[in-house]
Amino acid sequence: MKIDESMLKHVAEVARLKLTEAEIKKFLPELKEVLDTFSKISEVDTKNTTSSYQPVPLKNALREDKPKQCLTQEQALSLTTHKKEGYFKGPKAV
Amino acid sequence: MPSVTTFVKKVHSGEINVVEHTAKVLQEAKKLNREYHYYNTICEPLAKQQARAIKKNPKGRLAGVPVSVKDAICVQGVESTAGSKILKGYKPLFDATVIQRLKKEGAIIIGKTAQDAFGFGSFSTNVGLDMKAPINPLDPTRACGGSSGGSAGITQLTQYPHLSLGESTGGSIAAPASFCGIPALCPTYGKISRYGLMDYANSLDKIGPMGKTIEDIALLLEIIAGHDPKDSTSLTSKTESYSKSLTKADHHIGIIKETLGKGTDPKIKDMVLNTIDESEIKHASVSLPLTQKYGVSTYFLLAMAEASTNLAKYCGMRYGKHETLKGSFNEYFSKVRSHNLNEESKRRIMIGTFARMAGYRDAFYLKATKIRTKIIEEYKKLFKTYDVLASPTMPIIAPTFKEIEKLTPLQHYMMDTMTVGPNLAGLPHMNVTIGEKDGMPVGLLLIADHEQESTLLKAAKVIENVE
Repeated sequence: MKIDESMLKHVAEVARLKLTEAEIKKFLPELKEVLDTFSKISEVDTKNTTSSYQPVPLKNALREDKPKQCLTQEQALSLTTHKKEGYFKGPKAV
Repeated sequence: MPSVTTFVKKVHSGEINVVEHTAKVLQEAKKLNREYHYYNTICEPLAKQQARAIKKNPKGRLAGVPVSVKDAICVQGVESTAGSKILKGYKPLFDATVIQRLKKEGAIIIGKTAQDAFGFGSFSTNVGLDMKAPINPLDPTRACGGSSGGSAGITQLTQYPHLSLGESTGGSIAAPASFCGIPALCPTYGKISRYGLMDYANSLDKIGPMGKTIEDIALLLEIIAGHDPKDSTSLTSKTESYSKSLTKADHHIGIIKETLGKGTDPKIKDMVLNTIDESEIKHASVSLPLTQKYGVSTYFLLAMAEASTNLAKYCGMRYGKHETLKGSFNEYFSKVRSHNLNEESKRRIMIGTFARMAGYRDAFYLKATKIRTKIIEEYKKLFKTYDVLASPTMPIIAPTFKEIEKLTPLQHYMMDTMTVGPNLAGLPHMNVTIGEKDGMPVGLLLIADHEQESTLLKAAKVIENVE
């Protein structure tokens, strides 16, 4: 499996993780070993096999479109320190 | 020690003072926690409040029964972190469906139990930053198993009647049950609502009962199982009276031969074969070649891919750990996640993200979903002949912390070789303790077809009775 330092940094960036140099040094050989082993699944013939995204067959679960009680704005904001004028406050976008 | 049912009868009759009893249970929990680290949070005020309410109105099938809950399951107003620092301070605004059902029956929630962060581990050593790993109740140098390690440890060690909720994605109920020597059941996927469970991998997660006896877990199962409209993957089939159906039945067991080869402790192999022989249950050797060869890789690719998307929501905005708002969105999210996720969480997010990336998705994630179909078919074929399949639960007894430190991540993942199969296929399975090796418990894993929990419990009862 071809995974090098630049690929590792790219994956980390996509996953919103900022790795330290020590983490990169540790993760690189570990991920190589794990992905080498996992890549052996290519040996299995799955030409005419469909995917299973769940282990048991599921039907669409629908409900009547009726309004129900939900969290109040105050409750929804009660677990964050980043709020302003009744809204979540995020980092600067521009 | 009385069974849960006997204890509840005494609560109903007033023979047991629930307030006094709960105070003793809390005292014990705090004492044990100092030494064994089974709880991330002991919810004393909630437990005492519930006890007072039960004393006034002693009703319900679990009236006054102490229950410990894996930290990944939301309990309203009680810090619930899924074992990760990134959720420190998070007190859910609602109860998980299983908690609602427990409270309705009079159960008393004692605390939130230690676990590998988000369920990422087989030994409960991958706990969150600044958290302590639970210690095996039978040998302090050894691990409890994971990821529901705290639940298994306290259930074994407490001197009071006790029930616990675990959660399994790839073996996190069976493994700690085996290492701590208790019975525990992981149900069919969808049998117990996942509403209020912090996801590891949506298509694999199952909440399940852990207890001191098979009768206790049968009772807990019938209380928490059943359809929940709040969970779109919840099965609509009716729940059975599991605790009343523990009668002897004729079973045909298939012993999975690949689980008894190289890599399995020979003594554990002998114990499994001898126990089934002595149970006088009709049995034969069966084979699951694809599952045993590719199950671990298939499981971890799917579980990590799902985990990498599920954990994207932990970004320090709406709940859990916050940091000073500084920099762009990406810089802020990356800072919060990098500071508060532990090493194994980062590792699994990285592998899962890789498996879903353009150019690799077909070879890894999609390929694994197709092998999952073949694995399910492999099990289904055997269930045309056999009622129950059997193997060791774990290939070894509980390892020491020193032994675990030496394992590479890949060796760590390989420990789940017996349990990933039934989890991938969503099959109900349970651990039954069959004896000891070097003073540590050895577990036998029983697996049944979808929704055959009753068959599983009956077979477990027969196995348990082998002397």
